[in-house]
Amino acid sequence: MGEPRPTGSSPVSPAAGLDAPPALACEDLYVGYGAHLVLKGISVEFRLGSWTAVVGPNGCGKSTLLRALAGLEPARSGTICLQGRALSSWPRRERARRVAWLAQASSLTDLTAAEVVGLGRFAHSGWLAHRQVEDEAAMYRAMMATGSLAWAHRRLSTLSGGERQRVHLARALAVEASVMLLDEPTTHLDPPHQEDVVRLLREQARGCGVSVISAIHDLSLALAADRIIVLGYRGLVGHGTVAEALAGDWLSAAFETAVHVIEHRGVHLWRPWLETGPSPQHPRSSP
Amino acid sequence: MLELGTPDQGMLGRHRLLVWVLCCLAITLLLAFGSLIVGTSSIETSLGWLVRPDAESSVVLWQIRLPRTLGAWLAGALLGLAGGIAQGVFRNPLAEPYLLGTASGAALGVTISLIAVNASVGSFAWAAGLGVTGAACIGAAGATLLTISLSRGVLQTGSLLLSGVVVAFLLGAITQLLVLSRFEVWRSLQSFLFGSTAFLSWSSVELLGAVLCVSLVPAVLLARGLDALTLGEDTAQSLGLSLPRLRLALLGLVSLATAATVGQVGVVGFVGLIAPHIVRQTLSVNHRQLLIGAPLCGGALLQSADLASRWILRPSELPVGAVTACVGGSYLILLLWRRSRHG
Repeated sequence: MGEPRPTGSSPVSPAAGLDAPPALACEDLYVGYGAHLVLKGISVEFRLGSWTAVVGPNGCGKSTLLRALAGLEPARSGTICLQGRALSSWPRRERARRVAWLAQASSLTDLTAAEVVGLGRFAHSGWLAHRQVEDEAAMYRAMMATGSLAWAHRRLSTLSGGERQRVHLARALAVEASVMLLDEPTTHLDPPHQEDVVRLLREQARGCGVSVISAIHDLSLALAADRIIVLGYRGLVGHGTVAEALAGDWLSAAFETAVHVIEHRGVHLWRPWLETGPSPQHPRSSP
Repeated sequence: MLELGTPDQGMLGRHRLLVWVLCCLAITLLLAFGSLIVGTSSIETSLGWLVRPDAESSVVLWQIRLPRTLGAWLAGALLGLAGGIAQGVFRNPLAEPYLLGTASGAALGVTISLIAVNASVGSFAWAAGLGVTGAACIGAAGATLLTISLSRGVLQTGSLLLSGVVVAFLLGAITQLLVLSRFEVWRSLQSFLFGSTAFLSWSSVELLGAVLCVSLVPAVLLARGLDALTLGEDTAQSLGLSLPRLRLALLGLVSLATAATVGQVGVVGFVGLIAPHIVRQTLSVNHRQLLIGAPLCGGALLQSADLASRWILRPSELPVGAVTACVGGSYLILLLWRRSRHG
């Protein structure tokens, strides 16, 4: 699914190395609503060419983190840098070309799927909507990659939840940004399509050098990511590779209950623990 | 490669918008012809005038009836445009051009100017002078500003709607107090509050035409922003839109269009609410198509209401606002009934 494509505005090869500033980074980030602080001093950074999964219990601030990184939620304090430059100092359209965002729940619209995906090119084509060849090409690639080309001319309100989600994903892909922030991209999808989406995210990161950051509920899918950010109610539990997360048992710490992960032929899987009785002290089976 | 930009929409295909626009224009031309031959004189006389023009008939036809039907079309077009924009900005299909308090602001302005000139010579007085039109425009603009400042900007559409309601009530109350203290303005004010197309002249046509040109072009250019807004405010922002600027520009267009219309024909209800609905029902749409279609539809609506207001009780007239209220109300009921039937 999908084909390698050049990243839109800033072609940086995945091998650009660690000398370059991170694609996106936040330092000592505080974000809250009213009197309630959701993010308390989060510092993480994201490199090009890697897919980071954000996991944690409900209400721990996964969405808030993604929204803040997308510039949609003002930071109380702390800094967010896009390519080494403060996020807020980027011109709006320039920023929109570099950071794509996918909402957790998208509102209903009467537009056709092609029109929705075309809006992903807004930062490139502007108000007149005069689509250039590269806009059409980006839309086509995005819709091919998500398998949504078949209903390009159907109104979004006539599509099923899963089909709609794939159109929205295509809209985010069509931006051809170097950073993709996706809030629960696998919601409403059946398992095979969840697989497709996750494969697509991995392809975007490894093949196209995009920095993909996604909140994901399904722990087995999240454990397939390159890196993982584990958020708990008290803040950041850990940020690192999946191996580090498993070694430190971050998931159990974040969810405040034993989370059992098994390994099967090099793949880490979350194992629902349904047996009654005490769960084993060390939930992760030894490799 | 697949043509992404041109939806296949059944038999009419990609020419659907064109066919739709041509239909609207044809209806408008028919209504304009109808307007020319309906009036206080009999239809036979009017037809005779068209065939054999004389000095008296040319005044009636070209100085009274033609500007009236053209003005009605333009006023309806402006209301349709304002309604289409308002529904897009508020993402609410029940939004209408007057929800920023423009109507009550204009009414207050007119009342004050009526009291000022003590225009008790009859219901024509309010439209006679540009002073009243100007007062309506100023009142409408003032009400819009008041609404926006009450809601502390345009960030929250909810509080914007709420302050629009508050402003409408407040200014309405002031108007009523003024009318109670000076009851002689009531009759002149009445035709304004019901809405009337009877006073449209060539100068109103020029004014409304200019305002339509000035507001239609930027509205169509900004239509893509309204499309993006249907995906949700956050998504629109992430696409590179500045929501406050977009809203301010569009609401400015709404109040410009409404103020100009209210100044010329008074408070004509329902056209701005219904016209975008009819476009959505008959033409599957994005906002560019909607903002082109709604003026055409609104124009034809007010034109036909104008014609009906002259036809039903001829040779005397109904207030055009009463006709639009009846037609618009029944259309809304039909919509609701169909929606409840389809679940």
